[in-house]
Amino acid sequence: MPGKLKVKIVAGRHLPVMDRASDLTDAFVEVKFGNTTFKTDVYLKSLNPQWNSEWFKFEVDDEDLQDEPLQITVLDHDTYSANDAIGKVYIDIDPLLYSEAATVISGWFPIYDTIHGIRGEINVVVKVDLFNDLNRFRQSSCGVKFFCTTSIPKCYRAVIIHGFVEELVVNEDPEYQWIDRIRTPRASNEARQRLISLMSGELQRKIGLKVLEMRGNAVVGYLQCFDLEGESGLVVRAIGTACTLDKLSSPAAFLPACNSPSKEMKEIPFNEDPNPNTHSSGPSTPLKNQTYSFSPSKSYSRQSSSSDTDLSLTPKTGMGSGSAGKEGGPFKALLRQQTQSALEQREFPFFTLTAFPPGFLVHVGGVVSARSVKLLDRIHNPDEPETRDAWWAEIRQEIKSHAKALGCHAVVGYSESTSICEEVCILSASGTAAVLNPRFLQDGTVEGCLEQRLEENLSIRCGFCHIPYDELNMPFPAHLTYCYNCRKQKVPDVLFTTIDLPTDATVIGKGCLIQARLCRLKKKAQAEANATAISNLLPFMEYEVHTQLMNKLKLKGMNALFGLRIQITVGENMLMGLASATGVYLAALPTPGGIQIAGKTPNDGSYEQHISHMQKKINDTIAKNKELYEINPPEISEEIIGSPIPEPRQRSRLLRSQSESSDEVTELDLSHGKKDAFVLEIDDTDAMEDVHSLLTDVPPPSGFYSCNTEIMPGINNWTSEIQMFTSVRVIRLSSLNLTNQALNKNFNDLCENLLKSLYFKLRSMIPCCLCHVNFTVSLPEDELIQVTVTAVAITFDKNQALQTTKTPVEKSLQRASTDNEELLQFPLELCSDSLPSHPFPPVKEHLESASSNSGIPAAQRDRCSSWIELIKLKAQTIRRGSIKTTVTVEKASPVGDGNFRNRSAPPCANSTVGVVKMTPLSFIPGAKITKYLGIINMFFIRETTSLREEGGVSGFLHAFIAEVFAMVRAHVAALGGNAVVSYIMKQCVFMENPNKNQAQCLINVSGDAVVFVRESDLEVVSSQQPTTNCQSSCTEGEVTT
Amino acid sequence: MTSELDIFVGNTTLIDEDVYRLWLDGYSVTDAVALRVRSGILEQTGATAAVLQSDTMDHYRTFHMLERLLHIPPSRQALLIERYPGPARPPFLSFVGGYYAFDEAFVREVLGKKLSKGTKKDLDDISTKTGITLKSCRRQFDNFKRVFKVVEEMRGSLVDNIQQHFLLSDRLARDYAAIVFFANNRFETGKKKLQYLSFGDFAFCAELMIQNWTLGAVGEAPIDPDSQMDDMDMDLDKEFLQDLKELKVLVADKDLLDLHKSLVCTALRGKLGVFSEMEANFKNLSRGLVNVAAKLTHNKDVRDLFVDLVEKFVEPCRSDHWPLSDVRFFLNQYSASVHSLDGFRHQALWDRYMGTLRGCLLRLYHD
Repeated sequence: MPGKLKVKIVAGRHLPVMDRASDLTDAFVEVKFGNTTFKTDVYLKSLNPQWNSEWFKFEVDDEDLQDEPLQITVLDHDTYSANDAIGKVYIDIDPLLYSEAATVISGWFPIYDTIHGIRGEINVVVKVDLFNDLNRFRQSSCGVKFFCTTSIPKCYRAVIIHGFVEELVVNEDPEYQWIDRIRTPRASNEARQRLISLMSGELQRKIGLKVLEMRGNAVVGYLQCFDLEGESGLVVRAIGTACTLDKLSSPAAFLPACNSPSKEMKEIPFNEDPNPNTHSSGPSTPLKNQTYSFSPSKSYSRQSSSSDTDLSLTPKTGMGSGSAGKEGGPFKALLRQQTQSALEQREFPFFTLTAFPPGFLVHVGGVVSARSVKLLDRIHNPDEPETRDAWWAEIRQEIKSHAKALGCHAVVGYSESTSICEEVCILSASGTAAVLNPRFLQDGTVEGCLEQRLEENLSIRCGFCHIPYDELNMPFPAHLTYCYNCRKQKVPDVLFTTIDLPTDATVIGKGCLIQARLCRLKKKAQAEANATAISNLLPFMEYEVHTQLMNKLKLKGMNALFGLRIQITVGENMLMGLASATGVYLAALPTPGGIQIAGKTPNDGSYEQHISHMQKKINDTIAKNKELYEINPPEISEEIIGSPIPEPRQRSRLLRSQSESSDEVTELDLSHGKKDAFVLEIDDTDAMEDVHSLLTDVPPPSGFYSCNTEIMPGINNWTSEIQMFTSVRVIRLSSLNLTNQALNKNFNDLCENLLKSLYFKLRSMIPCCLCHVNFTVSLPEDELIQVTVTAVAITFDKNQALQTTKTPVEKSLQRASTDNEELLQFPLELCSDSLPSHPFPPVKEHLESASSNSGIPAAQRDRCSSWIELIKLKAQTIRRGSIKTTVTVEKASPVGDGNFRNRSAPPCANSTVGVVKMTPLSFIPGAKITKYLGIINMFFIRETTSLREEGGVSGFLHAFIAEVFAMVRAHVAALGGNAVVSYIMKQCVFMENPNKNQAQCLINVSGDAVVFVRESDLEVVSSQQPTTNCQSSCTEGEVTT
Repeated sequence: MTSELDIFVGNTTLIDEDVYRLWLDGYSVTDAVALRVRSGILEQTGATAAVLQSDTMDHYRTFHMLERLLHIPPSRQALLIERYPGPARPPFLSFVGGYYAFDEAFVREVLGKKLSKGTKKDLDDISTKTGITLKSCRRQFDNFKRVFKVVEEMRGSLVDNIQQHFLLSDRLARDYAAIVFFANNRFETGKKKLQYLSFGDFAFCAELMIQNWTLGAVGEAPIDPDSQMDDMDMDLDKEFLQDLKELKVLVADKDLLDLHKSLVCTALRGKLGVFSEMEANFKNLSRGLVNVAAKLTHNKDVRDLFVDLVEKFVEPCRSDHWPLSDVRFFLNQYSASVHSLDGFRHQALWDRYMGTLRGCLLRLYHD
């Protein structure tokens, strides 16, 4: 009996009138957990009843505690007829099950009814007494923390990042059970809500068990989804990244981590297998040479190993790249090698994270994705969801082999999704192939990585751009150049990723949201034929989406995409593809060439003219975009020619590479054959359309930026004003002119208009940026397209706009140096360029000596200290400038930041008291998250039979979403939180039947409940001495790296 | 391509002041869009007409939903803030304030009328007369009625009650107190003679009367709350009205009247530009003012209070072209000199009556 759940019903307020005669209500409450039910007394004739009940105690297994939601039903007592239900509250008690989070849930919860919406509120207090249970065969996983946030949560440190965890549970959908024919819509909706709540709990518990088996203590980037498969059932599935987290302030809590968590997750049955170590002696993958050598001579040599060689796409890597699979049998297994190959032993070396601790990400290969079309069949045995498991396993395998083909041993920013229409289901998975630093994947090897980090830090800021695959055996045609930053490694000309921009990446200018939109008509068909038709269309769609993205990226004058998310939605008679990503200009990658248009019939004069006109328009657009997004790649002055660092290729707009230096020339030119221009051939009207559509994308109005990553590259000075919103649009296509073009145009207009509306609506927030813009497309009916957007608008201070995204320390230093620019006669390149390619020999020497002498080559610290030295040096050499330097440095230090916010914060802080903040981001600008209280994962159904009276479909959905927000806020507040971060609306399924005056909507939302403190409220340990300040930050940075 | 559904829901509710104004004024979406286009917003923001249409629709829907919540019993209006929190509190209050704001022209039409179905039927005419859309008239009328209904049954300060239950600003709460007070006492304000008076004039008088002539004004909390059936602030103090009859002696007793006149005349001689006119009219004016007081026991005469005041005092003075300063001198002296009348015993009563009346008359005395 390992847990005692205690519930007290305090009071109700604003209850609806249930008795028309007296205009009052005789309310009482049923509290149900598992199969036990308690009741309060009836509180007669009041809309604000004060029950003040005793503590209702439930003695339950912790397994049940995790699975079951607490169910509170408010009813109106009726002497003569059946009691009328007023509404329900489901409370997930999981947050009470781990020690660091909430200790009590107490607050006003909206009473929700699936037909009437919110009907008053009820004040409930919930507590859990948990007894320690050391039974290792236990079925529960209490204590494992869950985070929706796809980065290491702010007040934690990742000790080990174990890897991928997944699970799915299936059940029959109550909506499709025979009983649904005879029960009321309310009963049916409630059955569904209850079931999903139960299934989520079970899923979370099972995932937790897997995490415990891996010796982790948390799941980060937890993503849970529902597949409403209709007749064939209901699937709840979740993926996440198991980690061992350590709370930053309390280093005591430290779980002994196991060296190689090498269990095959799939094969660990929960009940049967008593020994979790069965597989620990499984084949490890020893590697000949684990050093990540980045010496210029062997630039491309990188280990690219993976556990499976089934597709035998193993790239031939230069030297020291033993890519031995499991089948390769055990080599001489050295201990260190074994620990380092931890990754290879995982069935799926996937990470749902999109942002990483510094140094974690070594290289990024590119986006990998896999899709498969399946025919749904009834799930026969809910306890053994083998089919669905097998489907996903297949897809994951494919992803893994793709990653391997890119010379990568891991996939980051991994996500999975489905699209279902009738009995056809498209399963999709995507991620970014990457090479990771094994240091985070197991513990105790920090010293082993030292040497490696030494080398790493040379290329740290551009390192992730460097190709992980073998140049001679490229998995796809790409044009390689030497990195524009370090000039030692090869980089591709464009880089697509699904992750957030690494914080240490050097970006020029600002980023922007880039979308590719595509529709394809498809014949209506049944079952097999339908699935085949879809499978046949998919590759073409993928290709076109990719082409569109590429074209738009070039049109923006940018060279990399982050946060790429390609969604393919299947409908009765069409397929839709929507790709969103944030384009940026990475300083390390070459300047993208323009777009060249070529006609097929060169003889026709007017045609020619038309083409050239078009070409001009495109060139103008590119130039305009470059200006708009402030893309001015630094031009390195003449004097460095002949310096040991290879000279960068001048790729500014007018000046095409005029002088190449040394031996690279030939190689570069070879690989660059057609690189500078991306040729679009206009050979038919389709292509013409494409070009037109390229040019129709309107940039956001001035003062607005948008991106789908967490924050906008190039903007740092966020104010605390945020506005999260959800916008839904449904359009009906006229069935007459359903051609691909018309469809494309409609879809394009829909998305563009939606964005325009958002810009218009939020114009009062200018200057602001729409962050984390998340588009979801669904095709609820034949001619309906539904687009759902969730994003957050954050204002920023225009005056203090900075050009680069850096860590705070760097930021301050950078600002300092910018401030001092004139005074110290710094060349601008000093600030905007990254250090390794820095042209000043003294600085470089200094850096090198520092790194080699100190032996602590944490790149951050290096840069930091050398910058300080540099500033000092410069300041001293130039007259009495030193005093002034000090002052400015102080201003720019974190303390200064706090002061700055002081100015703007108080009115906001006062005005927003009480309103729980909601944001899809993992942080709150201008505030510090001090505590994570647990995940919020809520599922609501709302149905109406009086659609017109509720304001039509728009009114209905608007009210429902507002109610969902209110309920999320109430639950967060009850946990003691004041914000929910990483908020996401995962599902919004809307069905209407206007003829019957009916509509139904299902919404699933999740996020992390947190406590935040405004930075202005935090007492900042203000240090008067700027250098000390910086140094302390540096040390801190060192600790966290 | 037709838009079936188009919504925008924020964590905090954004309210566009301009659209809100248009909505309050009762414009249809189409009209509102046309007006917004005319305001040049498209050029300013570079938006398209479709965007504007969508934005306007969305705002109208939001307002409509907020309106529904505004209509639920006021004790539950906290819900409104919970369900649709504003980005900050002040703008939210301005939303409620905006909703309860009224047009001067409209309120003048219904001021003092019974807030009943009958009056509601006349809204058509009022709408035509004032040029305010019927929708807006209805909203304003319903607001008056809603506030009236709620505070009718409440004790304590009228202004405070309104302010607390409807989240209104102090200024607006005072105005509503006046409206409620007028509606409750059914003061006639629609007569032609009274047309020159603004709502502000009446509100000013109402405030003075609430402060001095109601039960609440006396400050004596009823000992047994159940026996106290009258509303503290909304009903005039019946006992006080009854007592006012005693003032009649001031004009009925000829000696007293003459003495009063001579006192006033002595004090004002040489100070008043219109002295001779005053001297000639004194008895008439005094009779008028005292008779008004004596009649207040009848409900009908209470209703005609303002008509009487204008007829018996304002108009005679105005026809003799008294400047306002002279009116002030006269009224001050007129009420003060009663204290010197030895035979008069109702000094306190006189002060309570004249103190308020003096303020009202001065406010009412203009063109």
